[in-house]
Amino acid sequence: MTRTYSALSLFKEGLAGQTGWQPAWRSPEPKPSYDAIVIGGGGHGLATAYYLARNHNISRVAVLEKGWIGGGNTGRNTTVVRSNYYYPESVELYGLAHRLYEGLSKDLNYNVMLSQRGMVNVCHSTAEMEVGARTVNAMQINGIDAELFSPDDVRRVAPIYNFSANARFPVFGGVWQGRAGTARHDAVAWGYARAASRLGVDIIQNCEITDFMIEGGRCRGVQTSRGAIRAERIGMAVAGHSSHLAAKAGFRLPINSYALQACVSEPVKPILDTVLSSPANGVYVSQSDKGEIVIGGGLDRIPSYAQRGNLPTLEGVIAGLLEMFPIFGQLKLMRQWAGIVDVVPDSSPIIGESPLPNLFLNCGWGTGGFKAIPAGGTLLAQLLATGKHNDISRPFDLDRFATGRLIDEAAGSGIAH
Amino acid sequence: MQLFPCPFCGPRDESEFHYGGHAGNARPDGAGMPAEGWAGYLYLRPNPKGTAREIWVHMNCGEFFVMERDTVSHTVLSVTTLGGEHAA
Repeated sequence: MTRTYSALSLFKEGLAGQTGWQPAWRSPEPKPSYDAIVIGGGGHGLATAYYLARNHNISRVAVLEKGWIGGGNTGRNTTVVRSNYYYPESVELYGLAHRLYEGLSKDLNYNVMLSQRGMVNVCHSTAEMEVGARTVNAMQINGIDAELFSPDDVRRVAPIYNFSANARFPVFGGVWQGRAGTARHDAVAWGYARAASRLGVDIIQNCEITDFMIEGGRCRGVQTSRGAIRAERIGMAVAGHSSHLAAKAGFRLPINSYALQACVSEPVKPILDTVLSSPANGVYVSQSDKGEIVIGGGLDRIPSYAQRGNLPTLEGVIAGLLEMFPIFGQLKLMRQWAGIVDVVPDSSPIIGESPLPNLFLNCGWGTGGFKAIPAGGTLLAQLLATGKHNDISRPFDLDRFATGRLIDEAAGSGIAH
Repeated sequence: MQLFPCPFCGPRDESEFHYGGHAGNARPDGAGMPAEGWAGYLYLRPNPKGTAREIWVHMNCGEFFVMERDTVSHTVLSVTTLGGEHAA
């Protein structure tokens, strides 16, 4: 039986006719009780379970997933990993995630195909260049790699960009993060699932939460489509459906749910070897290892739980794409989809205990949850194991909406919602 | 392109409308209101999956109105003027 993935095991399995591979994770029946339950089998939930077992030695853990693991936003994002944020609190959080991503393939013994190809946010006016310089200065002061690009630098990393004299948004320069890049999103979910399962975590799919068990004012477990399951502590990482589950637990969150669309073209030969974002055009783009052009844009404008996008937003994104890359005019779109994201007033996540004691939150990542998976998992695991915040998660507690200590990355790093 | 019914102008393209928040979020009496109460009014939202009562504005005519909508199917269930009269 082959348990560890390596070049040697691949070679041996080749000789043995590929007969020794085992399923990457177990699919056990749920037990009546656990030390901890994690609701949501996306990247954040699976990472939480993994770090509970690895960092805190708590492996009597169940991950409960309504559908299939990685079938929500983890499988619907545009796979970008970066940490180009403005405020020190955000830098600590996303910087932790970025560092963990850099070691993740080894850590999990699963190739998440992290490709640090760099990312440029293009600036299209003198004013945007001033804001870009401010962002670069803030990132450098906070210890994150950043560089202010000239138009020639942008041309060097993305020669196919529209540099023509009559471009709708001329290039004045850009903000470059060389350590940014992409990772295979499914592999992140599968890698965490496999590593958690090997440490004893039960991953239970097709298991929908129908209600919370509340005794003496504390959360003691969950009612599910596969029976009642009790636990001392319960964590919730269900981006897009956070408000829906919060209503079952009897509280409200500062979240509105919106659809975020993305689309990919047919695969073409390598032509774009960096991640490029143009806020003025409302589009960001990269090329996958398979050759597809991966295209993302802003939120749909209508509050929604429908996991599909609306045409007006898609039209705007495609118009922006063609303004940025006229060469893409003959590309054929292959797929288009949407995920439901938690939009929070200050565009920062919510990590901490919920108003229902024993129930802990990891939500509110907006359009940027994928890049934060290792940090979200680490921090929720610490809360579930100890009941206490890590210094990195403390500023992101739900209490900031009453104290007024918001971490406004919408203003800080120009998140476009 | 989905059509939304403006109670004043009739069916129009969705892109002519702007979402204004959930309906019924009344400003509380400020006297003695603790910070948590203000946070509830300013930030906490029902954000329902299913039927939602929302304030929308038709940007072309500038009128605000209440739209009842299913947030999963995007079906419009009713539109009402803020004065309370139902419209087609």
